[in-house]
Amino acid sequence: MILVWLLVILGVAGALAAWSGRWGRDWPRWIALVGIGADFVLTLQIWLRSGGGDLQGALQGHWLREVDWTWIPAFGIRFHLALDGLSLLLLMLTFALGLVSVLASWRDIREGVGFFHLNLCWILAGIAGVFLAMDLFLFYFAWELMLVPMFFLIAIWGHERRQYAAVKFFLFTQISGLLMLIAILALYFAHYASTGVYTFEYTELLHTPLSSGAALWILLGFFAAFAVKLPMFPFHTWLPDAHTEASTAGSVVLAGLMLKTGAYGLLRFVLPLFPSAARAFAPWAMVLAVIGIIYGGLLAYAQTDMKRLVAYTSVSHMGFVLLGIFAAVSAPPGSGAAQWALEGVVLEILCHGFSTGALFVLAGVLQERMHTREMGRMNGLWAVMPRLSGAGLFFAMAAVGLPGLGNFVAEFLILVGTWPVSIGLTIAGAIGILVSTFYGIELVQRAFHGPNRHHWQIPDLLKREALVLVPMMALLLWLGLYPQPVLNTAAAPLARIEQLTLTVTGTVASNERRP
Amino acid sequence: MSFTSAQWTALWPLVVLALTAVVAMAGIAIRRSHKATLIITLAGLAASIWLLWPAAGVASTDVTPLLRLDGFALLFIGLIAGAAFVVALLAYDYLETLPTRREEFYVLLLIATLGAATLAASNHFVSFFLGLELLSISLYALNAYPHGRPLPLEAGIKYLVLAASSAAFLLFGMALIYAATGTMDFSQIETALAGAPAALVLPGAALILVGIGFKLGLVPFHLWTPDVYQGAPAPVTAYTATASKAGVFAVLLRFLYRMGQPPPERVILVITILAIASMVAGNLLALRQNNVKRLLAYSSIAHMGYILVALEAAGASRTMAAAAVGFYFLAYFITTLGAFGIISALTTPEREPDTIEDYRGLFWRRPWLTLVFTAMLLSLAGIPLTAGFLAKFYVIAAGDAATLWLLLLVLIISSVVGLFYYLRVVVALFSAPPDTPAADGPLAWRMPLTGACVLGVLLVALVWVGVYPQPFLHLILGLPLH
Repeated sequence: MILVWLLVILGVAGALAAWSGRWGRDWPRWIALVGIGADFVLTLQIWLRSGGGDLQGALQGHWLREVDWTWIPAFGIRFHLALDGLSLLLLMLTFALGLVSVLASWRDIREGVGFFHLNLCWILAGIAGVFLAMDLFLFYFAWELMLVPMFFLIAIWGHERRQYAAVKFFLFTQISGLLMLIAILALYFAHYASTGVYTFEYTELLHTPLSSGAALWILLGFFAAFAVKLPMFPFHTWLPDAHTEASTAGSVVLAGLMLKTGAYGLLRFVLPLFPSAARAFAPWAMVLAVIGIIYGGLLAYAQTDMKRLVAYTSVSHMGFVLLGIFAAVSAPPGSGAAQWALEGVVLEILCHGFSTGALFVLAGVLQERMHTREMGRMNGLWAVMPRLSGAGLFFAMAAVGLPGLGNFVAEFLILVGTWPVSIGLTIAGAIGILVSTFYGIELVQRAFHGPNRHHWQIPDLLKREALVLVPMMALLLWLGLYPQPVLNTAAAPLARIEQLTLTVTGTVASNERRP
Repeated sequence: MSFTSAQWTALWPLVVLALTAVVAMAGIAIRRSHKATLIITLAGLAASIWLLWPAAGVASTDVTPLLRLDGFALLFIGLIAGAAFVVALLAYDYLETLPTRREEFYVLLLIATLGAATLAASNHFVSFFLGLELLSISLYALNAYPHGRPLPLEAGIKYLVLAASSAAFLLFGMALIYAATGTMDFSQIETALAGAPAALVLPGAALILVGIGFKLGLVPFHLWTPDVYQGAPAPVTAYTATASKAGVFAVLLRFLYRMGQPPPERVILVITILAIASMVAGNLLALRQNNVKRLLAYSSIAHMGYILVALEAAGASRTMAAAAVGFYFLAYFITTLGAFGIISALTTPEREPDTIEDYRGLFWRRPWLTLVFTAMLLSLAGIPLTAGFLAKFYVIAAGDAATLWLLLLVLIISSVVGLFYYLRVVVALFSAPPDTPAADGPLAWRMPLTGACVLGVLLVALVWVGVYPQPFLHLILGLPLH
């Protein structure tokens, strides 16, 4: 029941925020802050009580929390939300970055404040729905639902080319989403054909026997949606536009959360539903992942617009996520490589959320004060805003993968997991980390170092902004130095995914997964 | 010939419609009163809808060979009468802005509704043609109702010329089929077709499809659609887009199913081509429109294409296809009535808002109207939380079950193209307000009560169908086509 409350609180907070917009500008902000904060506290409390999750229970499909209601029985659709360690971590990330978004746009947003916070709260509700849905129809519902408020967030409160970016974002995600819908329905009818039961239930569909051809096609339908969201090279072209043109909150939500729904979808649905097909497809995905890592890094290096630079780093980092996921599916069983890769993926999801989110917050702060995102016009900001520049250095180094910060652990684990699968791809991925140092140093060098040639006189970080950034630094340090509590929480669901993925190893030839 | 009580029960909804038209006309002859005529109309339509429940109790009933009132027909009659109800309410505020006489509008509306309802129940070429002409002739007048203005007149005349010629095609097609089979009764057509000469049957079926395609605005018979949509008064456009199309679609479905299970391959091929052409051309042509009514016209062409996909899924499962068509129309009715309702609500005595520019920044002046309009546009685009999403889902599900991969692929690609132009309007609605004060005045939260209520109800219905469709699905699936 608490899972429904998580969504209801966000929905109501959004509606209230929109309504309160007529009373004054600060009302919506506080209402959104309280609503998202309440959700954050609720999930935190579940986490503290779960004690890392019950490994054995999760393997048998037991959830930490669950809601399962009839919704549209005519189609066999249920309102089924379920929470395991993986969803829990992602939910905490969602609400934490939600708070960051509200705080970061406290001064940014002056027009339509109520409607802005309505959209923000509803995006978070959609994303939370994606992380919780265990009915594929509900999943698709939430998947599509988060697009509309995101579209408004970009189109109304974005920068110069906001409408172009918003429409491009919507079209890319929509076409891939529709392909996924067809794939979901194909799976649904295939399940009906073999069992005579119409259901969208995840746990039921896990055991749908499919011919290898059908499995590959259906996998591609799912993969299309997730690869666009992730984004995977060559479907990444919406990302730099959307991230750059969105307001700070929009960029934080896009990079920190929306991309993660793609990664989550691959982990939760693609691997367990179609293990053999995923294994067959893995080499392609991994090659594209590595291309994305290096290509994204190189393009980031070539940018002069600060937000665009950060946006391209996302392409690169999400390449690691994709690499880890498909390395896990093709890792030799029993070697532990799959576990490492998946743990790396989860950590990368979390750390990228915080480090990139923070960089977008910084870019937003700079844009608000300097009215430019061009790094060529910044230069030497360290002299005038030492605290902000220090934070910039910290988060740039996090993005680069400096040991001691979370991203390093994540990328290290992914590369270790990839090693037994392909040494060549591991080396290429490691080169990607090298490329990342170029853009990281470039960012710091151009924006913060050197003489203050343009004679900027602008205020340093405010208390509110520091309040956002300091906890994010602390989290990245914690994830870099002692990630074990987080890994423990994810261990059980990851083990279950691994188990579902590997059960077929013995029977790959028969292409059927019915035990 | 005498009717049994079951036949009377089944026929009452249609009889009440006809009686209401007569009463309204008589009322006008006694004393002109806009409000009274509206109330008579609404009461008649409500009574007709209410009488559908007893009629459903005796479904399916044949009333003479002409009409078959089965569950499917009753569903469509309900939708059509419901649409007429909404249109009457929308028209009330709209007509108040006109200098002409207002009361006859409702008589014409009732007659058109009777015609569309007859179409939905028709099981015979005679009732088919009768219903179609009742509908069309009323629509000629309705389209040109504000006859002091050039655009409605143009729309009326265009509709008159093209509808009359398409009716001629239809009649000739019927004659050919009659010549080949010796029957005009749909119930006997399958057996009669078996031995009939193909040289007559195929041209006959093709000509009938031309007539139907015209009414539905399918590509390549769609040329009238944008002009008539643009020219006609917004409530009439809402009616043309919903009730008149639903009536004709119901006949098409019935006729097709009567031709055999599965329907003849060549007919299916023609429908596939029409569906693809409508989806692609409708959406592509809408891309370049700056006039919102024309844009919605092309969008309705595309939507008819989507419904044809569901129709074609009948090859796999008739029940699923019929239910998908019924549900799609339910969603399409709510959405289309809502969208044209907004245009109607924004109309001032001087003009209707027509170009996208008129809607730019509307959010900052009329937030509630914009909210409703956005919801309707998103429903047309098939975004969750709205009825349009589930309708599209249902069509895709039907197509998936019947493995119509080509049609589904076209549907996806064209509906993404469609999304683009809906978003154009949405972006305009929310973009920064222009510096010059707009035609429809400053920030206004208030609007006429009837219009506000209708739009509010439509919005609630849109979200209800989109979030909890079970009662509607239950109703639709409980009404099999016999």
